Amino acid sequence: MSIDIDTARRVAHLARIAVREEDLPALAGELSGILTFMEQLNEVDVTGIEPMTSVTPTRLKRRADVVTDGNIQDQILANAPDAREGFFAVPKVVE
Amino acid sequence: MTDLNRLTIAEARDALRKGETTAKDLTEACLTAIEGAGALNAFVHHTPDIARAQAAAADQRIAKGDAPAMCGIPLGIKDLFCTRGVPSQAASRILEGFRPEYESTVTTQLFGAGAVMLGKLSMDEFAMGSSNETACYGPVISPWRRKGDSAALTPGGSSGGSAAAVSADLCLGATGTDTGGSIRQPAAFTGIVGIKPTYGRVSRWGVIAFASSLDQAGPMTKTVRDAAIMLGAMCGHDPKDSTSADLPVPDFEAALTGDIRGKVIGIPREYRMEGMPAEIEALWTQGTEMLKDAGARIRDISLPHTKYALPAYYVVAPAEASSNLARYDGVRYGHRAKLAAGDGITEMYEKTRAEGFGKEVQRRIMIGTYVLSAGFYDAYYNRARKVRALIKRDFEAVFAEGVDAILTPATPSSAFGIGEMANADPVEMYLNDVFTVTVNLAGLPGIAVPTGLDAKGLPLGLQLIGRPWEEGALLNHAYVLERAAGFVSKPQKWW
Repeated sequence: MSIDIDTARRVAHLARIAVREEDLPALAGELSGILTFMEQLNEVDVTGIEPMTSVTPTRLKRRADVVTDGNIQDQILANAPDAREGFFAVPKVVE
Repeated sequence: MTDLNRLTIAEARDALRKGETTAKDLTEACLTAIEGAGALNAFVHHTPDIARAQAAAADQRIAKGDAPAMCGIPLGIKDLFCTRGVPSQAASRILEGFRPEYESTVTTQLFGAGAVMLGKLSMDEFAMGSSNETACYGPVISPWRRKGDSAALTPGGSSGGSAAAVSADLCLGATGTDTGGSIRQPAAFTGIVGIKPTYGRVSRWGVIAFASSLDQAGPMTKTVRDAAIMLGAMCGHDPKDSTSADLPVPDFEAALTGDIRGKVIGIPREYRMEGMPAEIEALWTQGTEMLKDAGARIRDISLPHTKYALPAYYVVAPAEASSNLARYDGVRYGHRAKLAAGDGITEMYEKTRAEGFGKEVQRRIMIGTYVLSAGFYDAYYNRARKVRALIKRDFEAVFAEGVDAILTPATPSSAFGIGEMANADPVEMYLNDVFTVTVNLAGLPGIAVPTGLDAKGLPLGLQLIGRPWEEGALLNHAYVLERAAGFVSKPQKWW
């Protein structure tokens, strides 16, 4: 599988990582190299095999559906790059 | 007592209980060693005030006779663990300035047992790397050097700061984490012991996530006994981690009987890789002989899907990473890019993540994004998860046939030089994990034990793989190997 520049641009956008136009060819090359390496997986006969969801087959524990914490607004906001009036602040989203 | 920082955890524990030393003196000895080891770049956030306060509290507990094994033991903590009020940034620019408001379960348990935190240890960014060169703090330098050569070597990765610090006696033990070999490879490169427990044995709560189905924390120590002691303090059920196993924690140290007579050691033929250095091959044969001399039975075994472990890992791990690392968006914590006039929220995300993540992390996020994207999910991600199921089945088959532990090399080579892999293909760097990733994919416990030196005077390690939840038996096999190998070499101090 070879990744072209358009695909590299699309993947970078999906990942929300800005990549300069001039860096896209190198990125496409690297991603293609890694995907080629992964293509060995096509040699394996996986007929009838279920994809693994959990490495240790355990039933997830349940607990009572009650609130166990809260009232920690200051702690939640303490590390925010921009917090105002008890909220996270971001650039304008809607015009 | 001199050189208190050179003690093992077991020696320090015994000396503390006998009143021959104090947590204060142990801690001061380590702090002095750390101050003199700036050249190694292992400790990147220093917490001497916390260390001194914890040491004083530990001394009080010991005086009262209330002293768990880890009480008063000075440790280094990998930067991946969230520690309250102390920078915890996974060696990434994107978490610059982040000071968690909470404490990880592992450090909570260690501190509850009286352990002392000296500071935070460098690592590969988000634990993605095998050489510590992707850390935002610059690379950690191994205390080891090749004979007659002053070239800077890597301590391995991702827990490279932990490995360098323990190996250079800057602390008595350190926490590490292992997603594809990140405890065992650096332990092997620096001549120390590192165990990755069974998936679910140690809580992942408060450990910055890389690939959640593979990540496990574990101890990195000077001896197998120390690993047993420290692992006991780190593990246990945690309701805050839904994958944490609700199983009793055995006394791992008590399992170190040194008796493995009649145990069956599997030697997997698929691990005999083409182009494997003769020294690694010889070391493996010697290790096999040592276990045989101790009364174990050696059996040739086959793990037929071994070859596909690396490609499966490099689909599954980046897929999970792309999802886990989506949270770094410049909104809730860490770095946010300076925006230009007119930039909206998408530009904020894209610029923040481009500035905050290093090249290797970006590459893995994008690979993960690709293999999870519409049209490729089945071809890559689901196929990798099916292959993962087959890899686990390989191990289950040999364990069902009576194999107690599996012996393999830990790494395909000894430590390489900083920058030596700079022009290598990313895939070449990934080959470092070739002997270790299978264990993560199958969720098994694995341990690296220092077994010898190569012709250049650098440490080499062997890996033992155990049955799930049987870390005690695994540690006992490692203990036998450790004693037979008699590895006592230390790096010559040059820093």
